[in-house]
Amino acid sequence: MSADRSEDTSRVPRSAWAERARPGAQGRGATEAVSEDTSELAAQGGSAAYLLGVADDAMVYAQRLGEWMTNAPQIEEDMALGNVSLDLLGQARGLYPRIGELDGTDRGEDDYAMFRDERQWRNVHLVEQERGDFAREMARMLWFAAYQNELYAAQLASSDPVLAGVAGKAVKEVRYHLDHARHWVLRLGDGTDESHRRMQAAIDWAAPYVDELFEDDPMSLEAVQAGLVAMAPSQLRARAQHVVEATVAEATLTMPEAPGWRSRGGRDGLHSRPMGFLLAELQHIARSHPGATW
Amino acid sequence: MVSTMAVDSGTKHAVVQAISAIPDPEIPVISIADLGILREVVLDEDARTVTVTITPTYSGCPAMELIRSRIEHEASVRGLAVEVRTQLSPAWTTDWMTEQGKEALHRFGIAPPGPVRAAGPVPLQLRRHVVVCPHCGSDDTTEIAHFGSTACKALRRCNACREPFDEFKAM
Repeated sequence: MSADRSEDTSRVPRSAWAERARPGAQGRGATEAVSEDTSELAAQGGSAAYLLGVADDAMVYAQRLGEWMTNAPQIEEDMALGNVSLDLLGQARGLYPRIGELDGTDRGEDDYAMFRDERQWRNVHLVEQERGDFAREMARMLWFAAYQNELYAAQLASSDPVLAGVAGKAVKEVRYHLDHARHWVLRLGDGTDESHRRMQAAIDWAAPYVDELFEDDPMSLEAVQAGLVAMAPSQLRARAQHVVEATVAEATLTMPEAPGWRSRGGRDGLHSRPMGFLLAELQHIARSHPGATW
Repeated sequence: MVSTMAVDSGTKHAVVQAISAIPDPEIPVISIADLGILREVVLDEDARTVTVTITPTYSGCPAMELIRSRIEHEASVRGLAVEVRTQLSPAWTTDWMTEQGKEALHRFGIAPPGPVRAAGPVPLQLRRHVVVCPHCGSDDTTEIAHFGSTACKALRRCNACREPFDEFKAM
């Protein structure tokens, strides 16, 4: 999948980029636009910005999974997806106050979750995509949990004690998320014609968002240098992908061909269309009633 | 005088006993000491303060807020100032649960956790995982749902007596 990457990344991913092309922005390289729009992210410094990526992935996916409450195919899934969401929310809550210490702003968890605008979020595009059918959610969870499983394992001996603590707890939780997604992919893939077809479509749907998880952005590389994490994102890929491929094969599904476009830019604060709507739902109460408690 | 005590060491101090005996809000048959989330209670009698260290079971466990306020209540009714510290590392494990706690779970109808699997990311397999029914003792049970009424439990059914029951997951 990665062999022809240099060729493919030069293309413009249709979901993320075409929709936000502005008049006057045409002809400019995407990277140029990114560095201009995210000077605040870059100014935060390596450790804080790196942790923000980890925390924002968890926070945004927690919000997406929360949407399944009362919408899952059975009540057990309402509870399961709610519990996975809660684990991810807890991981983000553990990290945000630490980021506030590291970036010198002393912000708390609500400041990060409720009072940042879209360009200040560092999550990947996979987690912000709209909720699709249940198969699509399981395909997303399979990839994301496989990624997080390797990521948190690589942070267990982190030079940052808070990150090491969060990772130590999270790695146990994520194993359950991965197991849950695996079982559903197996059941749906190796199920009826209808479930097989939809599970295959879901695996295909997720493919363009996968590279971004394992992209070596400068802040991740800095984090490796600083001992925050033992491995760069690209080094997590082989094991995570092995889990996904083995599951897909066992589910009688096939891994998709290399996708024709790939998401990118999330770590630089450049997001796809669903992100603004997600933040509006997440933040509007806190912003309408600042300081409210109950 | 500052006395640091292991939580389960049968101390005479009423406040330490009271804090140790606080029930888990979601599984009230087990105390926070027996659950293993109460890590340390340090009582400074001269300064009239008590410092309590707790470790959450799961990152997002909603019961932690309630546990914290119960600890504050137990201290304040005895005229003590209290500081509740949350400690993430080392991460909580079901291996910290006391035998007494596991026994209480079993009596309540929740299958207690078995020993924890090896640490680190392991290749996940469809494994045969034997859990004994807390109602009839049969080991012929099936998992219905991976996540039960709380993050720490799975939902199972006994194939012998047909009763559903919760299993406290080993982690």
